Amino acid sequence: MTLLKEPDFGTPERPGEATVSVEVDGLEVAVPEGTSVMRAAALAGLDIPRLCATDSLEPFGSCRLCVVEIDGRRGTPASCTTPVADGMKVRTQTPKVEKLRQGVMELYISDHPLDCLTCPANGDCELQDMAGVVGLRQVRYGYEGENHLDAEKDTSNPYFDFDPSKCIACSRCVRACGEVQGTFALTIEGRGFDSKVSPGAAETFMDSECVSCGACVQACPTSTLQEKSVVELGMPTRSVVTTCAYCGVGCSFKAELRGDELVRMVPYKDGGANEGHSCVKGRFAFGYATHPDRVFNPMVRDRITDPWREVEWDEAIGTVARRMRDIQSRYGPSSIGAISSSRCTNEEVYVVQKMVRAAFGNNNVDTCARVCHSPTGYGLKQTFGESAGTQDFRSVAEADVIMVIGANPTDGHPVFASRMKRRLREGAELIVVDPRRIDLVRSPHIEAAHHLQLRPSTNVAVVNAMAHVVVTEGLVDRSFVDRRCEGFDEWAQFVALPENSPEATEEISGVPAAQLRAAARLYAKARNGAVYYGLGVTEHSQGSTMVMGMANLAMACGNIGRDGVGVNPLRGQNNVQGSCDMGSFPHELPGYRHVSDDAVREVFENLWGGTLLAEPGLRIPNMFDAAIDGTFRGLFVHGEDIAQSDPNLQHVTAALEAMELVVVQDLFLNETAKFAHVFLPGASFLEKDGTFTNAERRINRVRAVMKPRTGKHEWQIVCEIATAMGYPMAYDRPSRIMDEIASVTPTFTGVSFDLLDKLGSVQWPCNASAPEGTPVMHVDEFVRGKGKFVVTAYVPTNERSTRRFPLVLTTGRILSQYNVGAQTRRTGNVAWHPEDVLELHPHDAEVRGITDGAMVTLASRVGRTTLRAEISDRMPAGVVYTTFHHPVTGANVVTTENSDWATNCPEYKVTAVQVGLAHPLGHGDRTPGRARGETPEPARSEMPEHVGDQDPVRAGDDVLTAVD
Amino acid sequence: MTGSVPPERRMANDIALNLGHLPGESAAEAIAGHIGRFWDPRMRSRLLAYVDAGAEGLHPLVIAAVRLLR
Repeated sequence: MTLLKEPDFGTPERPGEATVSVEVDGLEVAVPEGTSVMRAAALAGLDIPRLCATDSLEPFGSCRLCVVEIDGRRGTPASCTTPVADGMKVRTQTPKVEKLRQGVMELYISDHPLDCLTCPANGDCELQDMAGVVGLRQVRYGYEGENHLDAEKDTSNPYFDFDPSKCIACSRCVRACGEVQGTFALTIEGRGFDSKVSPGAAETFMDSECVSCGACVQACPTSTLQEKSVVELGMPTRSVVTTCAYCGVGCSFKAELRGDELVRMVPYKDGGANEGHSCVKGRFAFGYATHPDRVFNPMVRDRITDPWREVEWDEAIGTVARRMRDIQSRYGPSSIGAISSSRCTNEEVYVVQKMVRAAFGNNNVDTCARVCHSPTGYGLKQTFGESAGTQDFRSVAEADVIMVIGANPTDGHPVFASRMKRRLREGAELIVVDPRRIDLVRSPHIEAAHHLQLRPSTNVAVVNAMAHVVVTEGLVDRSFVDRRCEGFDEWAQFVALPENSPEATEEISGVPAAQLRAAARLYAKARNGAVYYGLGVTEHSQGSTMVMGMANLAMACGNIGRDGVGVNPLRGQNNVQGSCDMGSFPHELPGYRHVSDDAVREVFENLWGGTLLAEPGLRIPNMFDAAIDGTFRGLFVHGEDIAQSDPNLQHVTAALEAMELVVVQDLFLNETAKFAHVFLPGASFLEKDGTFTNAERRINRVRAVMKPRTGKHEWQIVCEIATAMGYPMAYDRPSRIMDEIASVTPTFTGVSFDLLDKLGSVQWPCNASAPEGTPVMHVDEFVRGKGKFVVTAYVPTNERSTRRFPLVLTTGRILSQYNVGAQTRRTGNVAWHPEDVLELHPHDAEVRGITDGAMVTLASRVGRTTLRAEISDRMPAGVVYTTFHHPVTGANVVTTENSDWATNCPEYKVTAVQVGLAHPLGHGDRTPGRARGETPEPARSEMPEHVGDQDPVRAGDDVLTAVD
Repeated sequence: MTGSVPPERRMANDIALNLGHLPGESAAEAIAGHIGRFWDPRMRSRLLAYVDAGAEGLHPLVIAAVRLLR
């Protein structure tokens, strides 16, 4: 495969039905009205020279290289900014324009270092290309005059350099930062000859607002903004199109390599999810795949206190099989199970659940989606009939009111956030429902119409109050409801009760009634109202109720079944949707069909052989409980770090310690591996062949960029374990696994690797009714027939603030880090987030004597940890916030066993805590500085250890010495 | 496990609190249906045993649902 260069039509597409016919250099071409002359020419096969134009950006008309002549018009207009007109005759190559272009190029080159042979962009430089295209043969102006050749290079960013000596001031980077990314960190500073790209007033890129999405690097036509990896390794020579393994947006990338060495990841323009955009993680943070911490050989040990012993694959697989069967012989068939990962491919996840059901002979399989979006699966299945979001990402471009609930898209789902911000800049209204003032509330050219800053755990009270307004103020879309839904009357009576009025819920949620009423009216009256939500909805004891509450509200307002509307979960990990689709829950076979359904089991029994259990198995938290009570003794953990990511870690580690056999498959010896008896090295996404399914149900191909460095594919390892246990499982390649999935899953019957290679990607359902997939669901009717209104009573969480634990902790993530940080902590991204910090309100800090940067102890009734304080008014007083990206912090040491009533999704978002200075008062304040990039205080190891098994009162007493 | 409350008791009570708004018999039926549909058999057995041992701290609707589960 060679280096893939996507076509660039110079200016963006202008979608429209009306077409006009033009003639370019004698060639007839019909294009949509509003298309630029440059794009029309490109569609006719004629590339007009250009430097400041590219089809991801609006035309700018500054470089003057794309001038043309048009019959009947005076002068030489820029083809990028001139729209076509019917009957127009354009000439792109005339002596006049050729002379002009040569003159322009001569001026550009007169202020450009002529170091092409040693320049990192050699061979990939549009300035170099255009000099050739326009036939530049001489530069009459010497370097004696004023120039920019000595401009200082900015190497502050860990991933790319900024060399202003090579800048041609085309503004593509500035425009990309604004138009594509929506950050507006860059500007052109100065005027005329002094014009220069600047990331802020006398700031470096690293100190600026830049979020390192790479859009500017992508847009730069020269080597001014250049990946450090290209500088170090050279220009790549071949491309493989694959899918990012970070968040649930599922961006398509060209992995660009020299031989087998990955040089850079470049966002793919034809990627359905990202359409050529990227974020700092997917674009740059791939170095973990080659990090020295990776393990390549299997290892075993008898006890977790023993040292690891490297073994051959056969011995490792044999050990797993033998010990699992031994446990079953002593404790019964249901004494073992597995946890699959949303980071793995659909094919890998499918074979894990098949191994559990067919080889283990039970349903003890769960996925890490349990701890993030299991309430989405439950809630949307109950109301709409399908456990998935309703829209594609493109849909947001049609939304008029966007309601973001419990999500922080600019940090968690940055590439989708850029789409959303573009729509908001175009005039869509924004409602943010979040205890924390996320960046979206107020960012460049965006300001939320309403920020409902509710107290953590009161989502359901707020959504019920919004529904109250809709029902009692006559804002219901009766036509939609009467045609499409059932259960409305009972639900409407419930939400109309006085206790659900905004005035009544204000005391619960803290959201002013008038503001809530205004927000509800705004959403209900919108032509298209769309809901986007995240873990701030699901990770509550009422997570499933809230999902149903949002679905109720959308149905009541007729906001389902077309572009611009919907109820849209923003999935955390790359394959959360897919892992759920593939039957990873203990109560569901692939395609969300309950194990008690005889007809469904029969399908799988006929294919797999044997008899499948009709009873649900253990969910992840239930596995831990069963391990401690002795009935669950063996666990296979596939690509998940439960000893860092799951709540109430003392409980988790006690469960792991109680097991006879823990098998971990991962890239690294993670926290869970400390409790493992067998370690099976995993493959990075660059070594995988398969598919991921993103948050919009889009199935994307994951293509192996290189062979697995462990010598085996992960799906092969799972199959070999099953086979060693006496249940033969074998596939010659992963496409065969997808073929099997398609043969047993009604929503996947049309899916195959061939189809994906042909279409690029496809959104399920993909079957005879929708052979090319389904971008928007529930268009004419809901999957379950009628949309079902479900009464959503507000039940307060059991987690209550007390005098001893008066604050509420809520958790989240940050742009540069991902999940438990196993990947991003092993990349240059640590430059932005070297440690987790505790954000707390100035008032809460002041009364505790806490200053910005001080080390503080965070304690709940189950445990405590130590981290650095960051004073911030993003949260209201009484609420503190942290991330969970670093194991040294162990934020989940303090989170509790509370969980969603329907799915056991942990209540990460609500923990009653106390915060105090990490050292007793009177011992001298040694508050460290808080400069960016500063490493954590070395004395951290001297901080108090976790106290999970202590009496909670004593733990609290210890903390309160500094604050009582 | 953290605290002294058995997990089955906590989870069953949570389900009862969230489905308790349903009218009449339907609340207990829904609770029993949910537990039957989503709980591993050993968890159900432990809940039943907990009821047999006195059902201390259990929501009355859970006790009613357990009757249906039997």
